Amino acid sequence: MSALGLIWANLQRRKIRTYLTIFSLLVAFLLFTVLRTVAVWFEQGIGDTGGVDRLVVTAKYSIIESLPISQRAEILAVDGVEAITHMTWFGGNYQDPRNFFPKYPVEPLGYFEMFPEYIIDPDQLNAFANTRTGAVAPAGMLEQYGWQVGDKIPIEADIYPMSDGSRLWEFDLVGSYTTEAEGGPPPVFLFHYDFFDEARQFGQGSVGWWTVRIGDPERAPEISSTIDTLFENSLNPVKSATEDEFGRQFAAQIGDIGLITTGILSAVFFTILLLTANTMSQALRERIPELAVLKTVGFSNLKVAMIVLGESVLLCALGGLLGIALAVLAAPGINQAMASTGLGLFIIGWEVPAIAAGLAVLLGVAVGTSPAWSANRLSIADALRRS
Amino acid sequence: MAIVDLKDVHKSFTKGRERVEVLLGIDLAIDQGDFLALMGPSGSGKTTLLNIVGGIDSASQGHVTVAEANLNRMSGRDLARWRSSTIGFVFQFYNLLPVLNARRNVELPLLLTKLSGKQRRRNADTALEIVGLSDRAKHKPGELSGGQQQRVAIARAIVADPPILVCDEPTGDLDRETAEEILDLLGILNRDHGKTIIMVTHDPKAADHARRTLHLDKGQLVTEAAA
Repeated sequence: MSALGLIWANLQRRKIRTYLTIFSLLVAFLLFTVLRTVAVWFEQGIGDTGGVDRLVVTAKYSIIESLPISQRAEILAVDGVEAITHMTWFGGNYQDPRNFFPKYPVEPLGYFEMFPEYIIDPDQLNAFANTRTGAVAPAGMLEQYGWQVGDKIPIEADIYPMSDGSRLWEFDLVGSYTTEAEGGPPPVFLFHYDFFDEARQFGQGSVGWWTVRIGDPERAPEISSTIDTLFENSLNPVKSATEDEFGRQFAAQIGDIGLITTGILSAVFFTILLLTANTMSQALRERIPELAVLKTVGFSNLKVAMIVLGESVLLCALGGLLGIALAVLAAPGINQAMASTGLGLFIIGWEVPAIAAGLAVLLGVAVGTSPAWSANRLSIADALRRS
Repeated sequence: MAIVDLKDVHKSFTKGRERVEVLLGIDLAIDQGDFLALMGPSGSGKTTLLNIVGGIDSASQGHVTVAEANLNRMSGRDLARWRSSTIGFVFQFYNLLPVLNARRNVELPLLLTKLSGKQRRRNADTALEIVGLSDRAKHKPGELSGGQQQRVAIARAIVADPPILVCDEPTGDLDRETAEEILDLLGILNRDHGKTIIMVTHDPKAADHARRTLHLDKGQLVTEAAA
């Protein structure tokens, strides 16, 4: 038996109490790891934007307002702009509203030229460009829904009915695309803008937003400003930002996630602090004669205090590590659940678990300090007299 | 040669505003290898005297020398170290750790030594063998009778081979037959293993097992009887 064995044995004294406390800590640290990861994710901007040389140009007042396609030439003429393409939010459902994934009508060649990180077979890209009803999707989406190239993919529109009033759009799947980035590309279903624009009931000649490639990323603020100024007094004023900034602004629309998560976690940890402190105090009170016996057989005050502190730290560390481990194990599931949102990958890096582990040890020290101090000061004679 | 030498030892406590004198100038010498019984009415200061000899309480005044160590001058840390090698304690209610089995309870004082885990276990088994409980090594205190628990406590007291055993009412919680077994065991430790034993007891029959008996009343030694 080692000192650690003694500490562990003491924690086993009231198994149900110990396990319930560990479970509470597990839940707290699971929440911490997941929520902090979400907060960091939002603080850093959603998803991996992949490039620093792209600007997103949206309607100034709301992302749901469309922009006239006539803006293309004017934006392209701005000094420093090298290429431009567009996307539009289509909405719609595939078979069931739960099968949600973003669907964008795009310019096939322009899109894949703008986003070189998305890899598509040249023949399939060619087929996409030359098939008006053509569509491509990430390889993972084909796997998820059991699609094969050549299939017809029915999408029921909720925003854009067809010109004949039908809400059923049918696309010919002509290919798939991938990326080398971890987790694959965002789950976006792409189809031909020309077909969309021609067949939709309204909104012809408009797009959702522009993506612009610039030659020098350091000129991004200047070019953004020029584009914004260009349409300032038009019917369709715009707002330009780098992709990263756009992601942050998008996240900010949801709310101050950092503040929300900090609020939730503060409440959780305050409760856990009280709960664990109570557990440790109870454990100490029950064992005063035993601690006196340890001192009697030769354990110094400091050693006895360290044993008590060790119990607290071990308890919190165990709960913390289990919570962190569970969060890491749950990450793929969370990813799968989030995949349909198109918000990007939920990846738990090493920073949040490292902070959580440090916090667990800190919590153990905070909770154990007072009982350890009491154990340190315990008078053997007094304690034995009480037993 | 005296292994315990107390000179003019006083002990007082403060209880509220009242000062309680527990020991009033105790002079006591206990030779190495002695088996001393301390008797006296409740509140006479027996346990306090035992605690002072064992280094778990300090005298308010006077000189305390035990196994050539001047306890008056030792820090708490030094006293703890000294206790681990010099004194074995046996309590009335055994004071075993309920979460540890018998072997681990006995092994406890050895955690403070530099012995390997294997050597600690071997020593603990030897101590359990001496007290006749080898076959109960893996039993927890709750699975043992009172007499068996006291034997485990005695094994814990002797496992580090201290020269002195201090026993506070070691048979106070046991029936007569079991008490006799425990007292016989203490006798063996005294005779065959050379342990100096100082035992507090209320029981005259228990005191009969000692080589000599001291009576304490109102903080003072009043009589001495040789066995």
